[in-house]
Amino acid sequence: MKMTRIFAAAIAALGFAGTAAAFEGDQHTPHAHHWHHDGPFGTYDRQAVQRGYQIYQEVCASCHSMDLMRFRNLAQPGGPFEEEAFPNPNDNPIVMQIAASYTRVWDMDEVNEDGDPVERPGLPSDPFPAPFDNPQQARASNGGAYPPDLSLIVKARGHGENYIYALLTGYEEAPADSHLAPGQYYNPYFPGGAIAMAPPLADGIIEYADGTEASVEQMAEDVTTFLSWAGDPHMEKRKQMGVMVLIYLLIFAILVYLAYRQIWSNVKH
Amino acid sequence: MSGPSTYNPSTGIEKWLDERLPIIRLGYDSFVDFPTPRNLNYWWTFGGILAVFLMIQIITGIVLAMHYVAHEDYAFESVQRITRDVPFGWLIQSMHANGASFFFVAVYLHMFRGLYYGSYKAPREILWILGVVIYLLMMATGFMGYVLPWGQMSYWGAMVITNLVGALPFIGEAIREWLWGGFSVGQATLNRFFSLHYLLPFVIAAVVGLHIWALHVPGNGNPVGLEARKGKDNKKDTLPFHPYYTVKDGFAIIVYLMVFAVFVFFLPTVLGHADNYIEADPLVTPAHIVPEWYYLPFYAILRAITFDIGPIDAKLGGVLAMFGAIGILFVLPWLDTSKVRSMRYRPLTRWFFIFFVVAALGLGWCGAKNPDDFVMGIEGFKFLYLGQFLTFYYFAYFIVVLPVLGIIEKPKERPASIEAAVLGTDKA
Repeated sequence: MKMTRIFAAAIAALGFAGTAAAFEGDQHTPHAHHWHHDGPFGTYDRQAVQRGYQIYQEVCASCHSMDLMRFRNLAQPGGPFEEEAFPNPNDNPIVMQIAASYTRVWDMDEVNEDGDPVERPGLPSDPFPAPFDNPQQARASNGGAYPPDLSLIVKARGHGENYIYALLTGYEEAPADSHLAPGQYYNPYFPGGAIAMAPPLADGIIEYADGTEASVEQMAEDVTTFLSWAGDPHMEKRKQMGVMVLIYLLIFAILVYLAYRQIWSNVKH
Repeated sequence: MSGPSTYNPSTGIEKWLDERLPIIRLGYDSFVDFPTPRNLNYWWTFGGILAVFLMIQIITGIVLAMHYVAHEDYAFESVQRITRDVPFGWLIQSMHANGASFFFVAVYLHMFRGLYYGSYKAPREILWILGVVIYLLMMATGFMGYVLPWGQMSYWGAMVITNLVGALPFIGEAIREWLWGGFSVGQATLNRFFSLHYLLPFVIAAVVGLHIWALHVPGNGNPVGLEARKGKDNKKDTLPFHPYYTVKDGFAIIVYLMVFAVFVFFLPTVLGHADNYIEADPLVTPAHIVPEWYYLPFYAILRAITFDIGPIDAKLGGVLAMFGAIGILFVLPWLDTSKVRSMRYRPLTRWFFIFFVVAALGLGWCGAKNPDDFVMGIEGFKFLYLGQFLTFYYFAYFIVVLPVLGIIEKPKERPASIEAAVLGTDKA
């Protein structure tokens, strides 16, 4: 049965039967939002990444995992809690404190003398704790819908951060002709328009540690910035190195071009 | 290789080595003193660029293989770990992924140059065929490499392509299962693709060796399509490869690397597909399955055959057309009936060639689109129809245009020699 389905899907995908466009009918295209990290010199807004982490922790993390993240990532170069005094991110006190605030069984192989898994406070080397033990549990708790892992969500969606921002701010009253199942909400930026995630943000649902006013737009921008950083944590270093490499290659190219002119100067070609 | 060797060992150790293993002589005759037509333009620099990119892919690939885990449960995460936790892993991974695209850009330009300047004609048929073999190996290597990150497009791309084999009558299904190592794309498939993806680049390197060997027998072609004269006039038509072409190729390679660096450092993901950042899931089919951009023209040809041809059903027809589109390149040297190599002197064929390039790009466009969508929103003008028209032209170029025009076309007058062309006694 499963095999038949896979074959049918693969053959359909070959284009012999056009199944693809059905979903895309009236999906809205996200607007281009201005991001601090846009462009060849853009860097992450460090404050926004910190605030975004707070949103993830207090709002998103109740349903969405970030399996690729470790607490230490928050303190690594380019991370929101990076501090020069602690070049080893595992020593960073803020991150140690965040990790220690979660107590659980981190690893089924960490056992006591009786062979039972032990609970302990988290360390910076531990992963962000997942809200559910497995996909079945996640679906069962969310009306059958699976909340995707957010580690790479900005890279894994067309239009990247603009899509995430548009989705978080784009909930609307459902039009009269839409058929929403119970537990579904209308969001024109989502493929098909019916999304199982309730509007996650509302004005003032959290209190920012730095006193910024928690409007929906502000929170959407902050959490999207955080998710961009999480998906591409070495972006700043990458761009910096890119500038140096291009300058180097440009000088190299000029020198080789001059050598070329010199060598070919008395040759007809 | 062509002509007598001019290498003169000057030190004792070189003389000692030369009598036992004349490897320095080989290098000297092939890459230092090798007589090269003096009129090569920048289209001839892509051979050197390709050699550089083969090396980049092999070196970055070996490093990636040290960290990659070819397991369906860990492959996706291991690639992410490389970009996050391995020192400079983000750089190595970005160079390898974008390097594949730049490898293909260079090979397409190299092939179009060969088509325009008639590089496939006698006595260079074997040289051309070896090039097509390299191209086929590149396609296979690129395809298997794209499967390794085990994202959604990796998985479903592998599913679509391996299913093509299943279209073959009688034996197709058996071959498909043999390729999969099971009854679907899975662990066995991933493991063998990793093994072959590591092997094939070295096979490519070996065929590149043959390709250069076959090149160095007749020597390079050139924009006017005349052979360099033999004997004492040879010096008037050619220049030693070093320093003239080492410096020219070197300049082109650096410029190409600059464009490469822009993608590696500033646009590392634009040539990929967002869905490949979602881990492979056999139960969820992506809305659009599209291959990497460098396969899109052939994907469009595959999808253009939507009708049965006699006993051949549409699916098999599409597969045959797709492989035929590459296969026809093998016999190209015998399809083109013209003795004139360079399109510069073929006023009519030149236009058909230019439209061939447009058709190839257009097929790439069709391959990226849903065949049922309308071209530029023109009601009723589906991408399918455009793809079918361009597929027709693609084959007609080889089967009709080149054989017929070679006979009926009156070529323009050509210069007497490369030297005459360079000195401007005839406009080249």
